[in-house]
Amino acid sequence: MAEPVIQVRDLRKSYQDVEAVRGLDLTVESGEVFALLGPNGAGKTTTVEILEGYRQRTGGEAWVLGKDPANLDRATKARIGIVLQSSGVDPFLTVRETIDMYRGYYPHPRPVDEVVDVVGLSEKRDSRVNKLSGGQQRRLDVAIALAGDPELLFLDEPTTGFDPSARRHAWQVVRNLIALGKTVFLTTHYMDEAQELAKRVAVIANGVIVAEGPPATIGGRDTAQTVIRFRVDDREGLPSLGHVPLGDGTLELRTEHPTKVLHELTAWALDRGSDLEGLEVRRPTLEDVYLQLTGGEAGAE
Amino acid sequence: MSDVTLALRQVRFTNKEFWRNPGSAFFTFAFPLMFLVIFTALLGSGTVEVAPGVFVKQSTYYVAAMSAFAVITAAYTNIAIGVVFQRDAGILKRTKGTPLPGWAYLGGRVLHVLIIAVLLVLITSAFGVVFYGADVPTGTLLLKFAAVVVVGSMSFAALGLATTAIVPNADAAPPIVNAIILPLLFLSGIFIPFGVETPEWIKTVARIFPVKHFADAMRAGFYGPPRFEFLWRDVLVVAIWGLAGIILAAKFFTWEPRR
Repeated sequence: MAEPVIQVRDLRKSYQDVEAVRGLDLTVESGEVFALLGPNGAGKTTTVEILEGYRQRTGGEAWVLGKDPANLDRATKARIGIVLQSSGVDPFLTVRETIDMYRGYYPHPRPVDEVVDVVGLSEKRDSRVNKLSGGQQRRLDVAIALAGDPELLFLDEPTTGFDPSARRHAWQVVRNLIALGKTVFLTTHYMDEAQELAKRVAVIANGVIVAEGPPATIGGRDTAQTVIRFRVDDREGLPSLGHVPLGDGTLELRTEHPTKVLHELTAWALDRGSDLEGLEVRRPTLEDVYLQLTGGEAGAE
Repeated sequence: MSDVTLALRQVRFTNKEFWRNPGSAFFTFAFPLMFLVIFTALLGSGTVEVAPGVFVKQSTYYVAAMSAFAVITAAYTNIAIGVVFQRDAGILKRTKGTPLPGWAYLGGRVLHVLIIAVLLVLITSAFGVVFYGADVPTGTLLLKFAAVVVVGSMSFAALGLATTAIVPNADAAPPIVNAIILPLLFLSGIFIPFGVETPEWIKTVARIFPVKHFADAMRAGFYGPPRFEFLWRDVLVVAIWGLAGIILAAKFFTWEPRR
């Protein structure tokens, strides 16, 4: 098995007396999209900027492409593309010129036109950068990070502040990166973004990882209880399944065996020729898990 | 690509950026000429005593002074303000994340300043010759003069880079930079010639800082000996300041916005 692209053990970072990252363990394998998901102030950017080489860790160990990120040599930097949370570009160059400028810093760059296509800026290639919309500038950020044909891409909150359509565009760009075989380290505070893009998610809160795994199973999501809700006028003969009445006449029950429970319920209703009004079967969403793990601070902008 | 090639390549992009930015291009080039016209118009076509018993035409005085002013603006003011803007916008941080060595990036900017400085001196001199019949350097003096322009523009650019270390953000850049350079320009006889009544403390200030030394070396080129002696000592003082700028910049320059 190939060496992990990123490996982190007991990573710590203190600013004066505040400990922003408190003992983080992470592994990112080659070719995977890994999302670090967490609310603002959880330590996402601190972590990613340590891995990018911008910040020095105060404890623990880290390897990026087999090197210590605190001291990256040029050859290793050439294999990494970085999209910072916010970073400007010189406003008076065109899209093409800007990408061309950054390409020149790398030993094996990708052609400008190819990069422009990947991020969907083909129609804007001769526009000046200061004429681009916010979403287009963000795509330019990705294009610049991609210009050197890196193996590993860091995307720090790539869609924060986007409207829904711009976010879908950006997601398509990230999927294009996946198709190119890049390893992507993504930070985000959007659950849907992590779910949409990442093969593996780690949830970070207060500087520690509180859960890690594929989006479908993270935090015991696959084994957690399913919530079933329905309304009936007459409860006579209703099998005893542990249901509790909610205020508006709705009954709710939680189960780890939804197939069996639903079978009993629907059989009972069919026998009586009645209907289970407003029947609802809900698995916990990533958002539920996230809210529970991060102490309900989620979703805040 | 070698690092030197990378720095030269960076000059090309910096240059494109410079000419497309209406603010930087217009003010850098228009200000010195505008001041040249205003001062010469205000003060008539008299003479200035530049050394005991030595007089030069008013216009020649200002062609030399405004050339020096132009180089200082292009090098010191533009670099200090422009680089802080780039730092605040996160452009420097982005660059730092690439394999490009930091010195190649900043070196590109400094080399670009040299090109602009040479252009400015040429334009100011040509303007002076055509409209005011000012004297300009020739012969071996021209070579010394060229050395002064090179050392001066590089040194003031280095000082500009060092200055970015004390500027907290882009909003503060123009006031801080102007608060440093404008008094020095006045205290160094750039706008108003020193006379017999110039107090000793002003002369002392002028002797310490690089502006008057640079301006004197430029003057020597324009007036020519025996009217005004060219002193390598002046060039040396400017170079020492430049070196100090490089050392301070190397120690205190930051690539990330300060928030």
